[in-house]
Amino acid sequence: MENQDDKYIDMYKKMVLIREFEKSISKLYKEGKYIKNTQILCTGEEGVAVGLNAALKRGDWIQNAVRDHGMFLAKGGDIKSLMAEIMGRANGCCKGKGGSYHLDDPEAGILGMCSILATPTSYATGVAFACKQKKNEHVVVSLIGDGAINYGIFYEVVNMAALWKLPIVYVCVRNQFVEMSYSERYFPDQDLTKRTEPYGFKGIEVDGNDVLAMYDVSSQAIEKARRGGGPSFIVANTYRAANHTEKDPGLYRKSGELEIWTDENHDPLLRFQSYLIKEEIIPDYEVEAIKNANRKIINEAIEYAKNSPWPEPQALYEDIFA
Amino acid sequence: MTDRIIDIRQAIKEAIYEEMKRDPSVIFMGQDVSFQVQNMLPEFGTERIIDTPFNEPGEVGIAMGAAIGGLRPIVDLHFFDFIALAMDLIVNHIAKYHYMSGGKTSIPLVIRVSNHVLRGAGASQSQSLEAWFAHIPGLITIMPSTPYDAKGLLKSAIRNNNPVIFIDHINLNNTKGPVPEGEYLVPIGKADIKRKGKDLTIVATQSQVINSLNAAEKLIHEGIDCEVIDPRTLIPLDMEVITNSIKKTHRLLVVNESTPTCGYAAEIMARACETAWEFLDAPIMRLTSENVPIPHSPALESLCIPDEEKIIEKARKILNM
Repeated sequence: MENQDDKYIDMYKKMVLIREFEKSISKLYKEGKYIKNTQILCTGEEGVAVGLNAALKRGDWIQNAVRDHGMFLAKGGDIKSLMAEIMGRANGCCKGKGGSYHLDDPEAGILGMCSILATPTSYATGVAFACKQKKNEHVVVSLIGDGAINYGIFYEVVNMAALWKLPIVYVCVRNQFVEMSYSERYFPDQDLTKRTEPYGFKGIEVDGNDVLAMYDVSSQAIEKARRGGGPSFIVANTYRAANHTEKDPGLYRKSGELEIWTDENHDPLLRFQSYLIKEEIIPDYEVEAIKNANRKIINEAIEYAKNSPWPEPQALYEDIFA
Repeated sequence: MTDRIIDIRQAIKEAIYEEMKRDPSVIFMGQDVSFQVQNMLPEFGTERIIDTPFNEPGEVGIAMGAAIGGLRPIVDLHFFDFIALAMDLIVNHIAKYHYMSGGKTSIPLVIRVSNHVLRGAGASQSQSLEAWFAHIPGLITIMPSTPYDAKGLLKSAIRNNNPVIFIDHINLNNTKGPVPEGEYLVPIGKADIKRKGKDLTIVATQSQVINSLNAAEKLIHEGIDCEVIDPRTLIPLDMEVITNSIKKTHRLLVVNESTPTCGYAAEIMARACETAWEFLDAPIMRLTSENVPIPHSPALESLCIPDEEKIIEKARKILNM
């Protein structure tokens, strides 16, 4: 049985990995040689990704929302096959066919998402339906952003999840933005925990930038689902430190806001780091070493991807049908 | 093995029953499906025959996820028109999932819909939308015309690991035909020559197969011997059978019940130009519904759809070219 300190160190390392990974992707995109299509980065949301995935077991599933490199890595997706996929290479996790907007890795329990917002929550719910039918005690976590939470299909499947007591946890990643708008513009009532209340279960609000709080709330909801207790809804408050895409200059941000949210009182990584140092779980001189170790892993993935083959022309017609 | 004479409604129910019995991962879901297959409830229960709330997008989404999770769902959307509600799921997700995942995840799913024209139901309950699905790579589209084909193709569709749009026709539900006693399958992607002939190839879909066969029985007395081909699987299309027929007859008429613009008939015509141009002695012609929303009044609705007389008239026209 894993000791708590080791678990926390592992979670911290994952957060660093995600932070550094997104920095590398941004750099590669700006250089324009190996990554040409614009990227959608999850900088600032590492607490949600890592806290949530720390509560999952092997065999459980996550269904990503669109800003999903972090979730992919936190769930245990392979970093080399992720990088190769982003670069469109044949040995990417989807043979170069999917790209960032459709990462699929059933081995790691990662459901492919799609550029269409909210719709993937419907097939996440379907996977939960199959898990219940098969009595395999697996749980599905279904992510939906605060930009996507007005889509009707979400409510259709939340209704069915409640009706059939499906083993699913819906998580609204409330990062405060939808594309170039503050998402609050689109809610007549800012309390998003009420969104699932008509279906028999109210949402639980959590500070998504407190990775341990995220882990705690997620664990409770996931284990409730696993025991047959039916669906839950978590509203994870965070902040989208990245712009919508790497093309977006972020001119709509309120002045000074980004500086606040990336400071040591708000940034999920810096907050967890302070906690671990204060609790003497990680000595402060190891922080740099951990960062460098993760950079090394990322650089190896970049080299792997750069040297990976392109798909052959005949791959164009492969895998249309099973 | 002897053949029994049963109708399409019965043939489809038999296919569902046999496949559910054979494979415990097959489930049947949709609005009021338990009413449709009441006699199967004691054997399969409400775990496998699932009445869903009325949510076409949600129903199809759940079915897709159930397929990813290891089940083999048949989801019944009833009227063809209502499939429009689920187009995002079918087009953007279900059709493309296997491809975008690099072949890692397949979607073994059957979406069943029924055509409903000539029943006075009006424009939003009378459309035949097969062209929408024929257009999207990654979907199999099936539209049978006989009990034998309906049962055999539905069984094949359920066993296939790809998403299938299975289209039946309420007006054909009561048409009877021979169906073998025991186990059999009809292969997906194979057309069927329903009537051999030498003067004109008629490629027809679903109820227009029946109209074309009836028209052929009259046309033979005028010395016009029609070969009637039923594609059965619209996509992937068995063009070889059609090309070989045109080699023999040199003339092609396509009869399809939907509206003409970018309809399925147009696809057959385009392909025939590509594969059989040198064998044609006359322009390819099509006979489709009128290019209108289907009106309610029987005085108007009856004008909309191809029928035996219109097929005969068109056949005569082609033979005189």
